Amino acid sequence: MTTPTRKMVDVFSDIDRDTALKANPSGYAITEIAAGDDRIVTLTADLSNVLAEFRGAFPDRYIELGIAETNSVSLAAGLASCGYVPYIFSMSPFGMLKTAEQWRTDADYNHLPVRLVGRLSGLAMGYFGTSHYAVEDIAIARTFANTTVLSPADSNAVLSLMRSTVDNDGPVYVRIAEAADRVYDVPPDIPRGTWPRLREGSDLTLAGHGMGVGLAVQAADVLAAEHGIRADVYDSAYLKPYDEAAIADTASRTGKVLTIEDHTVNGGLGAIVAETVGRHKIQADLAQAALPDVDLEVGVPAELYEYYGLTVAGVVARALELVKG
Amino acid sequence: MPEDSGTLERGRPVTDAGIRRRADWIRLQAVELIAQAGLGHYSSTFSCAEIVATLYYHTLRLRPGEPRWPDRDRFLLGKGHVATGLWPVLADLGYYDKGLLKQFGKVGSPLNDHPNMKLAPGIDFSSGSLGHNLSVGAGIALAARLSRRDYRTFVLTGDGELQEGQVWEAVMAASHYKLGNLVAIVDANGFSGSGPTSDAMNIEPLATRFAAFGWLVREIDGHDVPTLRQTFDTLPDTGSKQPVCVIARTRKGHGVDMFEKQPQAWHLGLLSPEQQADVVAEITARMELAGSEAEGSAS
Repeated sequence: MTTPTRKMVDVFSDIDRDTALKANPSGYAITEIAAGDDRIVTLTADLSNVLAEFRGAFPDRYIELGIAETNSVSLAAGLASCGYVPYIFSMSPFGMLKTAEQWRTDADYNHLPVRLVGRLSGLAMGYFGTSHYAVEDIAIARTFANTTVLSPADSNAVLSLMRSTVDNDGPVYVRIAEAADRVYDVPPDIPRGTWPRLREGSDLTLAGHGMGVGLAVQAADVLAAEHGIRADVYDSAYLKPYDEAAIADTASRTGKVLTIEDHTVNGGLGAIVAETVGRHKIQADLAQAALPDVDLEVGVPAELYEYYGLTVAGVVARALELVKG
Repeated sequence: MPEDSGTLERGRPVTDAGIRRRADWIRLQAVELIAQAGLGHYSSTFSCAEIVATLYYHTLRLRPGEPRWPDRDRFLLGKGHVATGLWPVLADLGYYDKGLLKQFGKVGSPLNDHPNMKLAPGIDFSSGSLGHNLSVGAGIALAARLSRRDYRTFVLTGDGELQEGQVWEAVMAASHYKLGNLVAIVDANGFSGSGPTSDAMNIEPLATRFAAFGWLVREIDGHDVPTLRQTFDTLPDTGSKQPVCVIARTRKGHGVDMFEKQPQAWHLGLLSPEQQADVVAEITARMELAGSEAEGSAS
C-alpha cells in the first residue's frame, strides 16, 4: 500500500464557523435552515460536536440523548407526531444500521417527517475497525416504503439537499460522505428523484453517489483525455426515489454502466441500476466499483479506498475493462 | 384552553361502579371482536380493562370530534396487542362509527390487532413493536414542553415489555429532561408470551428500579377502581419535574375464572362457541349484579 494521502476525518472536535461549511456542511446547513423554521429541532446520540453552531444559536431546540440511538429515533418520531421536524445527527453505523426497526416502525410506517443525518458513512471511520463501518445502510434504508434516501456528492450538494428536506412530509435519510472531492461550485438544484447529468458521452455510463460522484467526474475526464472514451456521468444523489428514466435512457444509449459507491455491492446503487435495467429489458453490461461481499480490511480510509479500487485510477481501470469487454 | 362542548375534560364525574361496569363491557366487546377475527389476546386485554376504562371515562382530556386537537391528553398503547380493548371505547366515545367494529380483522379495515395512527382516529401513536412507545411518549412529552402546552402523555406498557433495553433508555431520558407530564403505567400482570415474566428475565423490583432512575413511583392494585381514580386524580401538575410511573399490579385474565386459572393458555387464542358462551355469561352475570349501582349505560 502507498502512504495515506488523507488523514482520518475528525468530527469529534468543535468546529469554528469559518471552516464549518467545508468540514461540516450538514451542521452548517441545519443551522441555516433552522433560522427560519421553529419546527426544526436537532437530536444526537453523543455527537454534539457536529452541532456546535446549532447549539449556540438554538440551545432550546437541541436535544442530547446520550449513547442511545434507538431511543433517539422513537423519541424523534414522537416529536414529529406533534408537528416538529426533528433532525437526528448520528454516526452512520449506529444510525440506520442500529435503529433500522425503530426507523421502519415509528418513522417510516407512520409517514413522519423524521430526518436521520448519517455522518461518517462508508469506510470513513476505517481506522476504528469494522464495527464503525456503514456499508450496508443504503441497502436497508431504500427498502422502507416512505423513506427518501439522499447521498450528497460534496459540501454544496449537502447544502442544497439538506435544504430540500425541510418541507418533505415523510422520513429522510441523508448519508454524508466525509472529505468527498468537490463536484459543484455552487449548491446544485436537484429536483426530487432526479440525477444531475454531469458529463455527456455514449461509450459508457458512470453513476456514483456521495464520494463516488467526484470519482466518476474525475475518471471521466481521464478517460476522455487519455483514452478518447466519452462517459455519460450521473450524480445519483437520490437513491430513493431514484431516476428510473435516466437509468433506462443512459443504459440504452451506452449499453455499459459502471456504478461507483462506498457501499457493499449488495443492495446499493449497483442493485438499483441492475433492477432497473432488468425491469426495462435493456441489454447492458454492468459493473460495480464498490466494496466486496466479504469481511473488509481495517485501516486509514484513504488506504482502504485505494485497496478496494475506490480511487480515480481504480474507476478508470474498471471503466476500461467494461469498455474493452 | 377555550371552552368547547366537544371537549371531555379531565376528572369527569363517574361512579366506581360505572367504571367497573365499563371494564366488563370492554371485556365483552373484546371477546366479540376476537371471535370475529378468529384469534386474539384475551388475558392481556382483561388485565388492563379497569385501567383503560378509568383513563377514557374519567381521567383523560379528549376531544373525539377533533382527534388531532393539540391540547388533548395522549394515550399510547405500548402493549399494542390489546387493541381489541381500545377499539370499542373509541367507537363509544365517537371517534368513529361503531359500524367500523364490524370490519375488525378484515383486509382494509382501519382497526387492526395492533393500533395504527395512520388509519384509526383517536390513536395517538402506532404500536406493536414492544419497547418503542415509552420513547415515543417521551418525545411527545418533550414536544409539550417545547410548545408550552399542558397536555399529559400516558403510556401503557406490559411488564414483559420492560425487558426491552430501549425502555430503560426512555426511562433515563424522561428523568433527564424532567418530564413530569409523562406517566408510564405498567400493566404488571406477571406474564409474558411464554410464561411468568420474571422467569424469562427478572424485572423486579420494579418500584425500586424506576425510583432509582428518578421517577415518582405509585404501586397500586390495577383492578381497584377507587385507587386507580385517586391515583390519576392526584398526579403532580404537568409542570412538575419528575415523570410518574404507576405500577399497576394486575391479574392476567382478570374477570373470567377460566382465564385467571390458565392465563398463559389464553394469552393468544380463540374460544370455542361453548367456551365463549360461558365467558360471556360469567361477565354478564357480574354486570347485572352490579347494574343497579352503575350510572349511565354501557352501550
